[in-house]
Amino acid sequence: MRRIMAVLLILAVLLSAVPAFSQDMVELRIRWYDDGNEGEVLRDLLDRFEADNPDISVEIDTVPYRAILENLPLDLAAGEGPDMARVTDLGGLAEYYLDMTPYLSDADYWEENFGPFLNWKRLPGDDSSIPGFMTQLTITGPFINRTLFEQAGVDVPSDMSDSVTWDEWAAASVEVAEALEIPYPMAMDRSGHRFAGPAISSGAMYFDDMGHPTVMDEGFRDMAERFVNWHLDGTMHPEMWPLSEGYAGANEEFANAELVFYMSGSWQVGQFSEQIGDAFDWQTVPNPCGPGGCTGMPGGAALVGIASTEHPQEVARVMEYLAQQEVLGEFAARTLFIPAHAGLSASGVDFDTDLQLAKDSLGVFVGQVGTLEQIAFDLQAYGFNRAVFDATRDRLTQAMVGELTIDEAIDRIQDDVDTALAEQG
Amino acid sequence: MSASPPQVIQPKPATRLLGFVDPLTRPALLLLVSAVDRVLTPIQRRVGIDKMGYFFVLPNLLIFGIFVLFPMLLNFYYAMTGGTKLFPQDRPFVGLDNFATLFDCENFTQPNSCQEDLFWRGIFNTIIYVIFQVSGIVFFSLITALVLNRRIIARGFFRSVFFYPVLLSPVVVALIWKWVLQYEGVLNGIIEILGGESKRWLLDPNWAMFWVVFVSVWALMGFYTLILLAGLQSIPPELYEASSIDGANGWQDFRFVTMPLLMPTMFVVLVLSLIRAVQMFDQIFVLTGGGPGTRTQLMVQYIYTTGFSNQIQLFGLSAAASMVLGVSLLILTLLQLRLGNQSSLA
Repeated sequence: MRRIMAVLLILAVLLSAVPAFSQDMVELRIRWYDDGNEGEVLRDLLDRFEADNPDISVEIDTVPYRAILENLPLDLAAGEGPDMARVTDLGGLAEYYLDMTPYLSDADYWEENFGPFLNWKRLPGDDSSIPGFMTQLTITGPFINRTLFEQAGVDVPSDMSDSVTWDEWAAASVEVAEALEIPYPMAMDRSGHRFAGPAISSGAMYFDDMGHPTVMDEGFRDMAERFVNWHLDGTMHPEMWPLSEGYAGANEEFANAELVFYMSGSWQVGQFSEQIGDAFDWQTVPNPCGPGGCTGMPGGAALVGIASTEHPQEVARVMEYLAQQEVLGEFAARTLFIPAHAGLSASGVDFDTDLQLAKDSLGVFVGQVGTLEQIAFDLQAYGFNRAVFDATRDRLTQAMVGELTIDEAIDRIQDDVDTALAEQG
Repeated sequence: MSASPPQVIQPKPATRLLGFVDPLTRPALLLLVSAVDRVLTPIQRRVGIDKMGYFFVLPNLLIFGIFVLFPMLLNFYYAMTGGTKLFPQDRPFVGLDNFATLFDCENFTQPNSCQEDLFWRGIFNTIIYVIFQVSGIVFFSLITALVLNRRIIARGFFRSVFFYPVLLSPVVVALIWKWVLQYEGVLNGIIEILGGESKRWLLDPNWAMFWVVFVSVWALMGFYTLILLAGLQSIPPELYEASSIDGANGWQDFRFVTMPLLMPTMFVVLVLSLIRAVQMFDQIFVLTGGGPGTRTQLMVQYIYTTGFSNQIQLFGLSAAASMVLGVSLLILTLLQLRLGNQSSLA
């Protein structure tokens, strides 16, 4: 009997506490994924925010990246989304974002500092909403293992020329791999976004005169053929594209010095600093060149408010705190992410690392911003770019294993994109 | 002899029925039983005792209706709609267009000539996978069950060993075998030690399908072995004694005693393994991702990719493909059951 009384007493106390909690505290949830340590840094920053704002509690729900791509859109469509989310499909989910403009104390600050990137998160025709801010700007580009070049006695092509072609990098990487019996001369993330930079450099236009996405041009075909052939002759990691579904990376191979040249992007710098440190000399080199330029792809992730939130005012308060120059500067410094903030770009970020290799890599990526082609920006800003990227990835993979010829693969990419866009309406 | 009067079974009071229950929880249970009794007695009076069975299966039927039947009907409706909106009321009705898209082929044996080439690749891969996987499961499970049914040393240990992979999650199974089969994996290590040459096992389309089938047979056969073992143990030993007196040898025992009596169990194994094989997804998804290319991509992966993985999610097409899969499975199962019945009658 005493035990029952004790249980009832505890229940009564808990129940009486619930209304008090719900009246005084607003709980917000962020759907988040991690590339490196950014979740940890965000938690630290939010702890400070919560200390100053006891009426708001922010929970970070960290999920795998795939869940952001596949589950979050369904949750948003069902009206079951979180209050905020970190997304990379910036334009594709724009219909679900919260326009924070009425809740912000200084909307001009956002326009001034995040202006060029706000369009990436807006629906076509919208030029004024403020849905969130970029947690980082990313640039795609290659990493090389410089130590392997030195051990093989092969000159690093970018030491001798400012405009090294893809073929020159491929030849040099193969030479290094053969000299040292390294299993993989080159690898590229299994992603149509990663492929887009080299394709644009080869002359791909990605849009026709009407602004409709197209891959039916010589530039795209040229890089597609080269890329497929590199998989067939062993220049590229032969298993990564054919034996994966969705995104795949070669971080492990690069960190284990089994890979000479790795086409990935700036978000890897933090990871490589942790995984590799100074175990060997890894380095970012400028994007290889072709007739279309020497471009990579811009990109990045954004933290956005979700329109279905019941607490837009509180969401805006959290966002305003995180988007402050000093807070975002600390976030960038500690995560080794390139900030997409005009003020920080002007003042520069003192990245929080003693590793010169990491600082140099970030320097090269920041320097690449000026070499990005306009097509690359347009493609990144296009809301349904993932339809193009995913079809590119999957159909080129089929060409690599002989299920399709290059021309059939390109036709299929175009069909897939057209069909998907027709359904989208 | 005088016939004894028929025995009348008196219902036992709830207090007696609960005699075995812990005295502390008995009051709560009594309360529950009397509450149930209060609800059920008027119902029984109204509908009669014969129809009370329906009432008892009602909860199960409700669960079936909500979680199986309703989603099936909803899926059927989705298959008749287009667009990319999530809620049914926002989706335009397109009739059989999605099915027309799936079956739009110049030559059904050439996936490249079909509008939805990946759907047809999925169908062909599924057929190949099902044929080899189900045959492998039935064959190896039967052999293993026959061996484990004999008096061998450490029989209990071997039974556990064969059953152990069943306890593993399909993802874990796939990861283990990925480590074994990758280029710098265990298998190539052994081959190199033996003086052979390493091979990219999962990159070769034929080997990839072989390994996908092999891994799934390895992972699942313990379960079916157990079913067959139970079937073998239910065969009366007297029959073997009789056949031995008749001079039958081991093969004749197997052919004329074991197989006929094991056939009903074999059909259970066949039906269960076939359904599971057609539904296979997770293990292959982790092991090969459906690759190389789409060489091990089965129908379920096509349904998943079309409906969920792509940026523009085509729920209608995905639902239509899942209906084709469901109907194929239903036909196959009915066919098997019919064959099973014929075989038992014979």
